[in-house]
Amino acid sequence: MFAYLVRRLFLMLVTLFGISVVIFFLLRIVPGNIVDILFAAAGYVDPADKANLEKELGIDQPLIVQYWHWISGFLRGDFGYSYVSEKPALQEILPRIPITARLAGLALLFSASIGIPLGVISAVKQGTRLDYALRVVSLSGLSLPSFWLGLLILTAAVAMFGQIPIFNPNPKTWLEAFATYAVPAAAVGFRSAALTMRITRSSMLEVLRQDYIRTARAKGASDAAVNYHHALKNAILPVITVIGIEAAFLIGGLIVTETVFNIPGVARFLVEAIRWRDYPIVQNLVMFIAVVVVFANFTVDMLYAVFDPRIRYTD
Amino acid sequence: MRSVRALAATAALSLLAFSTIAFAGQPKQGGILRMYHRDSPGNASIHEGATYSLNVPFMPVFNNLVIYKQDEAQNRMDNIIPELAESWAWVNDNKTLTFKLRQGVKWHDGKPFTSADVKCTFDMLMGKAQQKFRQNPRKTWYEQVSDISTNGDFEVSFNLKRPQPSLLALLASGYTPVYPCHVSPGDMRTHPIGTGPFKFVEFKANESIKLTRNPDYWREGRPYLDGIEFTIIPNRSTAILAFVAGKFDMAFPTEVSIPLLKDVKSQAPNAVCEIAPTNVATNIIVNSTAAPFDNADIRRAMALALDRKAFISIMFEGQGDVGGTMLPPPNGLWGMPKEMLETIPGYGPDVKANRDAAKKLMEKAGYGPDKHLAVKVSTRNIPVYRDPAVILIDQLKSIYIDGELDVVETANWFPKVARKDYMIGLNLTGNAVDDPDQSFYENYSCGSERNYTNYCNKEIEKLFDEQSQETNVEKRKKLVWDIDKKLQEDVARPIIFHSRMGSCWQPYVKGVTIMTNSSYNGYRYEDLWLDK
Repeated sequence: MFAYLVRRLFLMLVTLFGISVVIFFLLRIVPGNIVDILFAAAGYVDPADKANLEKELGIDQPLIVQYWHWISGFLRGDFGYSYVSEKPALQEILPRIPITARLAGLALLFSASIGIPLGVISAVKQGTRLDYALRVVSLSGLSLPSFWLGLLILTAAVAMFGQIPIFNPNPKTWLEAFATYAVPAAAVGFRSAALTMRITRSSMLEVLRQDYIRTARAKGASDAAVNYHHALKNAILPVITVIGIEAAFLIGGLIVTETVFNIPGVARFLVEAIRWRDYPIVQNLVMFIAVVVVFANFTVDMLYAVFDPRIRYTD
Repeated sequence: MRSVRALAATAALSLLAFSTIAFAGQPKQGGILRMYHRDSPGNASIHEGATYSLNVPFMPVFNNLVIYKQDEAQNRMDNIIPELAESWAWVNDNKTLTFKLRQGVKWHDGKPFTSADVKCTFDMLMGKAQQKFRQNPRKTWYEQVSDISTNGDFEVSFNLKRPQPSLLALLASGYTPVYPCHVSPGDMRTHPIGTGPFKFVEFKANESIKLTRNPDYWREGRPYLDGIEFTIIPNRSTAILAFVAGKFDMAFPTEVSIPLLKDVKSQAPNAVCEIAPTNVATNIIVNSTAAPFDNADIRRAMALALDRKAFISIMFEGQGDVGGTMLPPPNGLWGMPKEMLETIPGYGPDVKANRDAAKKLMEKAGYGPDKHLAVKVSTRNIPVYRDPAVILIDQLKSIYIDGELDVVETANWFPKVARKDYMIGLNLTGNAVDDPDQSFYENYSCGSERNYTNYCNKEIEKLFDEQSQETNVEKRKKLVWDIDKKLQEDVARPIIFHSRMGSCWQPYVKGVTIMTNSSYNGYRYEDLWLDK
């Protein structure tokens, strides 16, 4: 188990280094930089002013020097300054992380708490009306883009209740605080719940056909014991994988959801930073997301080992 | 007795009704105005930006020397009033503009305002100060100013190279606040200090901007509001829905499109909405240095092919204006009269006749039904640019020109235009001040940084100077019309249309004036109040 852990940790570090190189150089390949954008917004270009600004921001230096400044600063915990707001990058990023973390956490919770039970029910009740109904719901979850669903929820809320559940930085009641996150989490988690449900269903169906399930039933075990104790425990591995992957993909979904619900989280902030070519923000934020994703995968790998002893022994 | 009682009751009711009316019309102190903002401005320094996304939230922080009256919709010379100045006078054969300054005014950090602050601000704008702006997009406005001199703490003079009456109009714009000498340009980008009715509290990028009432404001009894809070909502659908749901007192000014305005009125029938010209002209930039548009006939044919009314009807459901460079009347002060406009090739009402003439020019240049000219129509990847570009491509088809849309990201747009790496481009030009000096010198003068096409006509340049020095308004107007006509005939930058946009606010928001010939100058908000 220790060797497995060390190997995974080493792989994680190599991956993060590779990601840092890709992030840095991809950003530079994209045409235009912050100075171009600032002058585009001002509607004129003065070559002298432009050169001064490029020098001030350090983007006139060779790429390798710029990379070294960034990565060495990153390792020292110096994340530089936002080109746009001129505030420390960390000061800009940190307050937004809990907002996105809460939203992502709630969306994942929504996904797991709705997707897994419904997937089990759908598998156990295979071929019934309930199964068909649940499959239709899951298919619609996969088909509806989250931005569209988000806008639909907002429009319906305004039309039906005269209220709009967009982000409220100072909620007065518990209900307002809950609505601030719960509604967008549901919008983004719906797709994820649908996927989780389908994976749970197919995995459960496969397991329910196994001999040992038949044996358990022959031994007189109750339906609940068979379904949840024997079947689900073995069917859950692919579901964990999917939830892990979804955690990573969620950031993509959150960009749209944060925009529609006007949530000042990291995802929307990242898109704005890319638009402005605000390198210190984009680089550090993407690196942060990469760390989260790599850790999520690492955690999934560890969970695999916990749930399936064969992995510890053979890998 | 009964009649006496009835009379008394009627009198009492009348008195009550009258007092209610009077009370409703009386401005009330207090309340926070909640408004959504369409995007996150890059910084908080008005002098370093060129978008009204900056003026709307930060104009209330500052004062100018002079300002357009905030309760009049049309910006005119005769409704410019003193602000930090108490009075002004043209002396020295109209070559010196002297301001007597208001005394006892304090910056938001408590330091006193003096003539040194005015000198500092304009020296920086002219590029003559030690401290520099990172960007200085309106440097050309002050090209005729040779220097700024002070006489004591409360008198300042703008000494000009030649008379320029419109300098006063430029100084009255929302783009011309006075900055404090003791605060660096860098600090002004992140934490602006002004003398205005509201103090800056905080600016969270992509989130919010907060202003609070300046209790030491020099104008007694103002502002009425306790503060203004802008929530940044880039998604237009979300923003409009939030306004309809009553989360905001006011929509971002001149940002509600005509089709959206209908939605707002149907979902929030009590909302007050106004449609006004924005003085933003959609136009075509032509690369006349390379084939095929180095051929004047092809340029003229393109101008003849434009069906301007079709653009306006498709994009604004008929709510737009056809004009030349200057915003057309009645809202614009300097636009050509309709009769004169219609004499310009391509502006006549008979689109078919115009296009027939265009076809002849194309045939003369060697193109026809069997030989089409392939061109790329470049434009920024923003709907207000992209949509008219698509319509333009469709219209050009009628004169044997096959256009291909070339959408360019904002970051690459100006470098591309500066490289002359385009054939024709669909462009938008906003005018902060409805004055020919701002528009002509900025967009058509030889060597101007915003003259993207490098159009340069020395004869016209002389006329620019002539109109600029003319003090008789009627004479100047005629000169301006002639120049504008010539610019359109030269296909310098064919103007397609002048847009109109909607502004909406809740019925309890009082004192709102949407300006009709500029969307940059009407956001001091000191007279705005909430009838709640």
